[in-house]
Amino acid sequence: MSSEVQAAKTPMAPEAPAYKRLPFKVYWQRTRLSYFMVAPFMLLFTTFTVLPVLASIVLSFTNFNMLEWPNWVGWSNYITMFVKDDVFWIAVRNTLVFAFLTGPLSYVLALMLAWFINELPKKLRAFMTLCIYAPSITGGAYFIWTYIFSGDAYGLINGWLMSWGLIQEPILWLTDEKYMMTVLIIVQLWMSMGAGFLALIAGLRNVDHELYEAAAIDGTKNRWQELWYVTLPSIAPQMIFAAVLQIASSFAVADVSMNLAGFPSTNYAGHTIVLHMYDYGSVRYEMGYAAAIAVVLFAAMALTNSLIRFVFKKVDPDN
Amino acid sequence: MARNVDSSRVEGKRLNRTFGGDAGIFLFLALSGAFSVLPMVYSIIQAFKPLDELFIYPPKFYVVRPTMENFVSLFQLVGNLWVPFSRYLFNTVFVTVAGTLGSVVIASLAAYPLAKHEFAGRKTINKIIQYALLFTSNATQIPAFIIMAKLGLVNTYLALLLPAWASTLGLFLMTSFMGQIPTERLEAAKIDGATELQTFWYIVLPSVRAAWLTLIIFSFQSLWSITGGNYIYDEQLKMLPTALSQIAAAGIARAGVGAATALFMMIPPILMFVIVQSSVIETMSHSGLKG
Repeated sequence: MSSEVQAAKTPMAPEAPAYKRLPFKVYWQRTRLSYFMVAPFMLLFTTFTVLPVLASIVLSFTNFNMLEWPNWVGWSNYITMFVKDDVFWIAVRNTLVFAFLTGPLSYVLALMLAWFINELPKKLRAFMTLCIYAPSITGGAYFIWTYIFSGDAYGLINGWLMSWGLIQEPILWLTDEKYMMTVLIIVQLWMSMGAGFLALIAGLRNVDHELYEAAAIDGTKNRWQELWYVTLPSIAPQMIFAAVLQIASSFAVADVSMNLAGFPSTNYAGHTIVLHMYDYGSVRYEMGYAAAIAVVLFAAMALTNSLIRFVFKKVDPDN
Repeated sequence: MARNVDSSRVEGKRLNRTFGGDAGIFLFLALSGAFSVLPMVYSIIQAFKPLDELFIYPPKFYVVRPTMENFVSLFQLVGNLWVPFSRYLFNTVFVTVAGTLGSVVIASLAAYPLAKHEFAGRKTINKIIQYALLFTSNATQIPAFIIMAKLGLVNTYLALLLPAWASTLGLFLMTSFMGQIPTERLEAAKIDGATELQTFWYIVLPSVRAAWLTLIIFSFQSLWSITGGNYIYDEQLKMLPTALSQIAAAGIARAGVGAATALFMMIPPILMFVIVQSSVIETMSHSGLKG
């Protein structure tokens, strides 16, 4: 078969699945290139993501401690987690605060900022994008907040509040249970304008300007109508992408809490599910229990992912 | 494409805009920008403060007598290390460059069939990748370590490179950009006699330049700050952030050194972002002109 004929016949995506009727040999000849191209990724992805996830699921039903061969313990890890482990529930509560407060808030902020920045002139647009994105550029940028919220009088916030006479004693922002979560939420928001925000910027830049002119002729009266009828429908794929990323990063809060509030934080006030998992996996070596926590986290994330997709289907049925 | 945004500037003001709305938006942007950037500025200021100014009451947002002494002591400390500093630098640069290149190549290869071909398993793979986007690698540390150990990859560069090459974020990004290429363009190329690989090389890759530049930004910055965590124990193979945090962690006298270290680590990813961002904009206006 000459290459041209073969190429012309390679089935393209949106058509009906014609391949189902083909004999295997012909099917393989036509699609093997596709498989070869996907293979390197799938091999690495399976080894370093899929296998560990499957292994976690199996381990979660055992009492593996890295030294002895694991014993099957059934649902016991899960029962302990849900019934006896009070700290787990603190971790769940804090993680849900991050997931359902910081997550949506950071998402709306990212969308608004991307939308406004997109209307700026070119130079200013590049500058503002850098300003907003800068905190997520370097992995450990949150360390700066230890200077700002430092618990002694040399911390920026304490120093200011004291010199203005608003407080007499420095506040232990990072170790006092009352303030810890608020500080962590602020820092998490500060760091959350990352990949999702950039994707939205890129999506907005690709919207066809003629759509706005057409909409103006059809009678859009203000920028809100423009946003609702033109902009948002045009960037639906980037909006889903950003939503998934914002939620995922809020579920996975760990490093920020560990480095700012300490580990473990006072009375576990800044504890999260990922930290709880770290506690059992890397500190106590109760791998089975840590794996069970991981599985619960996956389940929660997958559920939220389905929820996001369900909402977007309601808003935009084309997706 | 992007030409539209800029043409709106040429023609003057966009339709449907009011002065009040513009002012409100300006205020919102200014406040968000300040919230975002001032902590970064403060960390730069801290790096230039002499020790007595770091512990002064009340703390100041500016520096009275700027000094390089934090950087000098950083480089002195670095000079006294058992392993030469250049070795740590090489480790991080090598992993960052090799990891970024590999992930762009592997993601581009896989994204094309996943976006545009039809084969059994395509839908399933796409679905799995959407869900995998959510996974934090934190959650699978233990089994992942066991697999690494069984493969004999602990204490090698590959322990950091192989997982980076299979970045789901990168693949997802590539697939969605390639999905937006009109199928007719690919079919036209094939009718003109291009093979599948020629189409990939001459049509698909150039049209998603913005996607791979974006992927380069993401990959570079995540690898630049990688610590080697569970997989690297050999002092010779340790990454720059690990080495620097060991230096900065030693006591209060090194508070300024910590700030200097952080500034030093921050510069390359920011430079990278600025360079790539300007070329992304350029690419997009190019494709607009050819349109």
